[in-house]
Amino acid sequence: MTQWRPPLSLIGTWLALLGLLALTVTIAYVPLGAGNAVVALSIGTVKAGLVAAIFMELRHRSGLTLVFAGAGLFWLGILLWLGLMDFMTRT
Amino acid sequence: MSETNYLTTDYTLKSWFLTTDHKRVAILYFASLIFFFFIGGAAATAIRIELATPQADFVSSDTYNRLFTMHGIIMVWFFLIPSIPNTLGNFVVPLMIGARDLAFPRLNLMSWYIFMLGGCITLFAIFAGGIDTGWTFYTPFSTLYSNSYVIVAAAGVFIAGFSSILTGLNFIVTIHRLRAPGLTWYRLPLFLWSLYATSVILVLATPVLAITLLLMATERFFGVGIFDPRIGGDPLLFQHLFWFYSHPAVYIMILPGMGVINELVSCFSRKPVFGYKFVAWASLAIAAVGFLVWGHHMFVSGQSLIASLVFSFMSFMVAVPSAIKVFNWTATLHKGSLRFDAPMLYALGFIGLFTTGGLTGLFLACLAFDVHATDTYFVVAHFHYIMVGGMVTAYFGGLHYWWPKITGRLYSEYWARTAAVLIFFGFNLTFFPQFILGAEGMPRRYHVYPPEFQVWNVLSSGGAVILAVAYLMPLFYLGYSAFFGARSPANPWNAPGLEWQTSSPPPEENFTTQPVVTREPYQYNEAFEAEPQNA
Repeated sequence: MTQWRPPLSLIGTWLALLGLLALTVTIAYVPLGAGNAVVALSIGTVKAGLVAAIFMELRHRSGLTLVFAGAGLFWLGILLWLGLMDFMTRT
Repeated sequence: MSETNYLTTDYTLKSWFLTTDHKRVAILYFASLIFFFFIGGAAATAIRIELATPQADFVSSDTYNRLFTMHGIIMVWFFLIPSIPNTLGNFVVPLMIGARDLAFPRLNLMSWYIFMLGGCITLFAIFAGGIDTGWTFYTPFSTLYSNSYVIVAAAGVFIAGFSSILTGLNFIVTIHRLRAPGLTWYRLPLFLWSLYATSVILVLATPVLAITLLLMATERFFGVGIFDPRIGGDPLLFQHLFWFYSHPAVYIMILPGMGVINELVSCFSRKPVFGYKFVAWASLAIAAVGFLVWGHHMFVSGQSLIASLVFSFMSFMVAVPSAIKVFNWTATLHKGSLRFDAPMLYALGFIGLFTTGGLTGLFLACLAFDVHATDTYFVVAHFHYIMVGGMVTAYFGGLHYWWPKITGRLYSEYWARTAAVLIFFGFNLTFFPQFILGAEGMPRRYHVYPPEFQVWNVLSSGGAVILAVAYLMPLFYLGYSAFFGARSPANPWNAPGLEWQTSSPPPEENFTTQPVVTREPYQYNEAFEAEPQNA
């Protein structure tokens, strides 16, 4: 049986994600008002970026794959934008 | 017929159920879809029987709720969405691009198994007791009140969604990677442009449906406040998420139908499609703008007026690329050498029915009219014109067009034309009265109604009888032709597409030599007509 070890980059990313999770939980208890949501979403964006780049290996992929990954993100943005617009403007 | 083709390579059941040949997988889907079509059709028949009289004298209200839910779920997820992509698309995509198979043949077979697993689970839910939420699974009814098999049915739909995603993925990669030398993007048949646009929607929208159904199950089982406002949820969130998938799903249904119509109109007018590039990009435009209009299903839900105005405007926008297609088909027909073979009759029927459905869609995109027409038979008539009058008619047209390629046999032109005409008249008689019923205010999903609506309902039920007979007819004459029909030449329509340049039925590897494309698409000119095509 071949001895396979996970690359250090994967382990490092995993540890970074755990660290960011801890940071999210910690900052949730710091009273920043509206800043809490901004910080939490920013950390979430960094985590999603790490997962996409390292675990999904998008950093090594061709332009076409990046276009489709970007399209997914774009349409998620549309969903959030139009969905939130309704929520924010309800009377 | 050539000595060995994909049908005669092996006759064992194992060779069918473990096949990775895209043509055999297409046949597996075809058989499954016939099965689901008749289950959904049986529910529709029961609905129309009940509605022939104003009283509840055929089924109870509870049974009626389960009937229309069963009809909707089966027809949407287990017939309309997979029909053209998974049967006709699976069969002809590799043939049209000169490839041996799809990019991921085993994934293709797996898609069928996943689809069947989802279908069986949903059927179990239906026959174990049924679902009464309507095909939309609206909360809070589905999460709080319904005692039916909601979660089991949703699980079936959830699983079938993965089949859609995998098929879309397979088509995208195939169209990008496996085109024959010389087959540039602007030489692709327009059917493939439309399937490509469809696949993009399948890949990007279906996960949202899966997540939505998962959230619904989470709330129902664990009481997590997602949609229920009493525990911190937002009741409109379900509708936002559901329609973010389900409105683009309408385009998953109609875009492949439009693609088929391009092939038919061009072939039976003996002319290239007018404005090829506009039609091609209109497919992608419909796919893109189709993602921005889901809120028009929610005009009376309580969403904000600003959101409604934006969605109303966007809904008008999506009519532009759709109209481009209709005008370009009409221009293609203009001064063409028209031949009224059965596929052409279906195509002409499609153009009329789709246009009626599309124009009434503009009515519903108007906020003021929609408030009056919401949840009436006007809406039922509108979406049936698009999804049944449009999509199913295109499916039948495509099936007749490629039938000689699929089976290597010719069907009875007389019966095929009769069925096409009967479907057109039966359809209009069934659904046109429903526009009037809706305009007069008859609500949908009611099994009793005031007696003054009976005349239109009787007309509608009478039309449904004609439609049912017309839908059954191809089962017989196509079924007969599959075994006893006259042998078809390789290219019975004398069409220039690559799929017609191999024998009928094609050999297992599709082409004996790799085709090379040197001409523009749809070259129905005299020089091409003069070449021997039936070798």
